[in-house]
Amino acid sequence: MHRHPLSQFPIAQPSRSRRSMLKGIGGMSGVALAGVPLVSQGQSDEIVIGHLTPRTGFLGPLGEYGVMAADLAVEQINAGGGINGRKVRLIKEDSVNPQTASTKAERMIERDKVVAIVGEISSASCLTIAQVAQRLNNLFINTGGNSDALRGANCNRHMFHVESQNSMYVKTCGQALLDQNLVKGKRWFSLTADYAFGHDLLRVAKGFMQGNGGQFAADKLVPTDATDFSALLLEIRNAKPDLVISNLAGNQITNFLKQYSEFGLPYPVAGFGFDTALAWAAGKGSFGGTWPVVWHHLIDTPASKKFVAEFTKKYGKPPENQAWGDYVAMQALARSIGEIKSTEAPKLIQHMEKGAKFDLMKSREGYFRAGDHQMMHEMFVVTALPADKVRNQWDIFTASGPVPAADKPLESISSSPEENGCKLGA
Amino acid sequence: MTLFLQQLVNGLLDGVYYLLIALGLSLIFSLGGIVNLAHGAFYAIGAYLLVVLGPHIGFGGSLVVAPVLVALLGIVIERLLFRRFYRSDPILSLLLTFGLAMVAEQALRMIFGAAPLSVSIPPALKGPVVIGSFFYSWYRTVLLAVAVGCVAALWFLLRRTAFGRIVRAGVQNPDMVGALGISLSPYMAAVAAIGIGLAGLAGVLLAPIYTVHPAMGQEIITPAFVVCVIGGLGSFWGVVMAALLVGLAKGMITAFGYPQLSIAGIYLLMLLVLIFRPRGLFGERIQRFE
Repeated sequence: MHRHPLSQFPIAQPSRSRRSMLKGIGGMSGVALAGVPLVSQGQSDEIVIGHLTPRTGFLGPLGEYGVMAADLAVEQINAGGGINGRKVRLIKEDSVNPQTASTKAERMIERDKVVAIVGEISSASCLTIAQVAQRLNNLFINTGGNSDALRGANCNRHMFHVESQNSMYVKTCGQALLDQNLVKGKRWFSLTADYAFGHDLLRVAKGFMQGNGGQFAADKLVPTDATDFSALLLEIRNAKPDLVISNLAGNQITNFLKQYSEFGLPYPVAGFGFDTALAWAAGKGSFGGTWPVVWHHLIDTPASKKFVAEFTKKYGKPPENQAWGDYVAMQALARSIGEIKSTEAPKLIQHMEKGAKFDLMKSREGYFRAGDHQMMHEMFVVTALPADKVRNQWDIFTASGPVPAADKPLESISSSPEENGCKLGA
Repeated sequence: MTLFLQQLVNGLLDGVYYLLIALGLSLIFSLGGIVNLAHGAFYAIGAYLLVVLGPHIGFGGSLVVAPVLVALLGIVIERLLFRRFYRSDPILSLLLTFGLAMVAEQALRMIFGAAPLSVSIPPALKGPVVIGSFFYSWYRTVLLAVAVGCVAALWFLLRRTAFGRIVRAGVQNPDMVGALGISLSPYMAAVAAIGIGLAGLAGVLLAPIYTVHPAMGQEIITPAFVVCVIGGLGSFWGVVMAALLVGLAKGMITAFGYPQLSIAGIYLLMLLVLIFRPRGLFGERIQRFE
């Protein structure tokens, strides 16, 4: 879910030449593939869906989970007879960066005639894809970008969000911190990834902390390409905070967790941005703290269990939260097309805006909120298990029940469309 | 004050991690004239070997076996590829090693998947060392000892043995070495094995505290090049000094409250060195590169 707009290698030479080389290769494969869809365009009974997500670079590892899940969803939809008897065909591409994402989105819509584009993790790429979808009157379902701006100033009638926004992550984890008495009158030491996503998350986190009577012991920005946290760990030890807060992103989280446990600091850890794959990479004994997730592989509902079993059977490892996002987005899209018997974007948008309910494999069904197209759904808080309680490399945490609790409305963990400042155009 | 002293020490130690990579880079460049962009890939392979071998032979066993395997791979690559480029335009070897780095990264991705893998610190080495008010990681203390041992051994090899004398002569004037009836070829292979083996060793040492993922080689290669450039390519002590300086710069910038500038700081340092001492701090005058 972590949106890194740039490559992580700031020195110009090697990465720049690599980038242009990759572009060249990408361009060549585009030419090579140009002939392929022509063959199948004649089969008008097929429904073509585009999948765009970063598959290389900083977000590539998470993107791979998204691709695996989208493939699985389409396989299952087709095995079940397709959508109203029409087979689904998925066109998959690496979105690379916001510019490439925009070009590829345009090509998918104009040349491949996709009915919608699903995917993405980088908020910056979400924005450019959404602009293309709006211009060409298509539909984009965001499965991994969480910047609040996408639901606010940059919101767009043609973009829907299965992924939660930063405010929902902060409120979900924040509630757990309130319950543990780690906010009121407490001092937080926060580490924030120094780019758009981190800054956005920090802004929301700061609002929550101050609104609930906490304060900062320190508030540090960390370059996205920093791998070593030792100097900051010494600062943390010196500051003796009540809580260490991570607004870090991607591999930074894994590095931080590994080194935090290496130095054996005693302060509790929590974070507002998270992906299960990063916890798995930190591993048993190194993974610590309290974190919010949209979904995790231990959720005890029949649909989740079935999904985990089928994904594990196909890929040899359980799905993580990014896999959930792409899987339910594909299912929701297929279901909407099936219900309204149309693949036209305006009709799909209307249907989803009207509060159509979707099975998200959780206890409650979810729906897109009309005001900003954010999926209203349950979230969860995971807490690391101590090393001696861990039985295998995947089940390294315990999870809360759904947040919000069953007696509270789903909207109670999100900021309102007005707070988000979203004005959807026609 | 204690915090400042700790940051000072930590900064110096931080630099040592780059040293294992940078020394190999510098060595391979000065003898063969090859700028090895694939050096980071060998570091990544070392880390992945720990993932594979660790469960069978433990961390200690992997610390010995993995670098040896990576060094053997280095010999194969040197014999098959590097040796064809020693006398050619450096741009060709640059392209070669750049390609190698990409092949290695994609191979790791195909074999192990794109998701990062988990490697933990051996339980016996976990936790802090506390001496009075001084506080540090126990694992890093061990890491430091291994790294210092390697640097000392390498220095001894280059400065105090017949092997080292021939390598140093080869760096200065390979034609003269040839005229004296000494074939440099086996020395080239040995130097590649040592340099690449050190990168593999760094991979094993750093895997428990950094993230193990296919692109991890790219993360380390850039700062390692910065260290080489600051120190002066070909200079043993220059590279050592530069590594410590880079670590110190990062640590001090963080200690003064600007962690967001810590990475930018090392590039600024490189820029300053390049403006005022283009040869690097201790760069040697190497005849054939003049």
